[in-house]
Amino acid sequence: MRFKLLTMFAAALFLSACASKSDENAGGSNDGTAASTDQSSSVSSSTIQGPQPGTLEHLLVNVGDRVFFGYDQSDLSADSQKTTEALAVWLNSYPAVTLTLEGHADERGTREYNLALGERRANSVRDYLVALGVNPSRLQVVSFGKERPAVLGSTEEAWAQNRRAVFAVN
Amino acid sequence: MNLLMNIRNLVLAAGATLGMIVASVPAQAEINVNISQGFVQPLPVAVSDFQGGQPEDQLIGRDIAGVISANLERTGLFRPIDSKAFIQDANSLRVGVRFGDWRLINAQALVTGTTQVLGDGKVQVEFRLWDVYAENMMTGYRYTTTRTNWRKVAHQISDAIYTRLTGESGYFTTRIVYVSETGPQNRRQRRLAIMDQDGFNHIFLTSGRFDVFTPRFSPTSQEVTYLSFEGNVPKVMLLDIQSGREEVLGNFKGMSFAPRFAPDGNSVIMSLADKGNTEIYTMDLRTRKFTRLTNHPAIDTSPSYSPDGRKVVFNSDRGGSQQLYVMDANGGNVNRISFNKGRYATPVWSPRGDLIAFTRISGGKFFIGVMKADGSGERMLAEGYHLEGPTWSPNGRVISYFKQGKSDSRGQVKSKLYTIDLSGYNEREVVTVLDGVDPAWSPLLQ
Repeated sequence: MRFKLLTMFAAALFLSACASKSDENAGGSNDGTAASTDQSSSVSSSTIQGPQPGTLEHLLVNVGDRVFFGYDQSDLSADSQKTTEALAVWLNSYPAVTLTLEGHADERGTREYNLALGERRANSVRDYLVALGVNPSRLQVVSFGKERPAVLGSTEEAWAQNRRAVFAVN
Repeated sequence: MNLLMNIRNLVLAAGATLGMIVASVPAQAEINVNISQGFVQPLPVAVSDFQGGQPEDQLIGRDIAGVISANLERTGLFRPIDSKAFIQDANSLRVGVRFGDWRLINAQALVTGTTQVLGDGKVQVEFRLWDVYAENMMTGYRYTTTRTNWRKVAHQISDAIYTRLTGESGYFTTRIVYVSETGPQNRRQRRLAIMDQDGFNHIFLTSGRFDVFTPRFSPTSQEVTYLSFEGNVPKVMLLDIQSGREEVLGNFKGMSFAPRFAPDGNSVIMSLADKGNTEIYTMDLRTRKFTRLTNHPAIDTSPSYSPDGRKVVFNSDRGGSQQLYVMDANGGNVNRISFNKGRYATPVWSPRGDLIAFTRISGGKFFIGVMKADGSGERMLAEGYHLEGPTWSPNGRVISYFKQGKSDSRGQVKSKLYTIDLSGYNEREVVTVLDGVDPAWSPLLQ
């Protein structure tokens, strides 16, 4: 749900950036008195090309904000490793950013074990980031076990989406 | 809080004035219910309205009889006879029991009683349990308490009857603390709540502003330990249910969860998770000192003490999948006890010490089962899409747990509390205001 909303938000930002760009082009076709306006609008258009760098929206567009795990697994798959590597690069570009890594589980387990499993998943991401050179002091870890599903419903697809670690920009 | 004060008053009042009407019971009772076998044919019993001189007395008397009757019925061991079938009217019982009249309607046991509202806001209640065929009184007690505590007296009478007929201690004068839930999966509001074992006297203990889970009673005080997500960091809390005072117990840089009291009430055992590793610790409630019990890179959680405090059962995935292990209370001598198919979780040691109840996940289903403490004699009691979190009645005879159904694409989901007899028969829903999960049974209240 949240993923969808954020994606839509990012898409909206992108669209509004395009819209202002075409406005600017339209402005550019005006007569000479608009020349100074043209200059100022071309400056402002470059700042709304996409999400503000270093934000969660920016992370979503450039890296994604989560990785997924197999049933009762906490190892990073090849895909998850790639995402985490991209996350490390992104974090290196924005050294002021700190993250909370949230571990989650699907509903097909017991409450307490799933809290521990979520913690282990979040730490798989953390450990890999640290191995890739990210300063551990920038990373916090929390687990919500099976209590905060991202996708509703009792289906294999929902469970697969809910076995996840989410990167939350602090 | 009034209610809680009242219950405390009753404890004092009942303790002070409880008097046994008969000094001794017959050495050989003719009726008794053998509850160690599996399915039992429920014993027909008649519970007569308790009689009093005034209309007010009569009203309380009828209510008390109703609570006793419902308690006995819910055990699955007794079948209360519809009072419409009674031949001898309640009033004439004050003169004497006409046993023939009760045999005619096939009552094996008869409960009679009187109620009298006293001048000082108190009420005096007497009951007698009769063996209809032997034509003798099996037991009887007199109670004096404040009027508002009539329900608790009814539970104490139920316990006395149950004990006399089964030879085991009762579990009616108890409460259940649990997590009340409402709303869709992604916006589910969760509040700690407490109620009598029959669902009455329901009180919410937390506001619902943050998630709460897994409350567990202290064996020795009016305290509950539970898991709180307040501030988005899972932490073990300690709550005094009489004063409402609470504090963080698992104040630790990682997260703390899975709390449970030691049988002496002096410490809480729990899991602490840090750097991807969940271990079991105990916290001494007086010194606030943590002692680490497990030391393994696997997940070690859901610990529960044996009633003598010498062993701890827990679940761990150290063997590759989630299974049950028993260790000494100091963390030594770890042995795996679950070996069948599937994953095993949430072990809870029976108050009698002989059995361990657990959740099992196998073949896409969840089960509530029991096994002996050495892992032998495994039996499944209940199964379904999702069952979890067994808790024992204080006499070790009944297990409560929750069942959760599948949720739909809008996150609509149902979760309900149940009880089942150790025999695997008599599964009953514990009716709650909203949905419910994570029940925990209190000790027998005095």
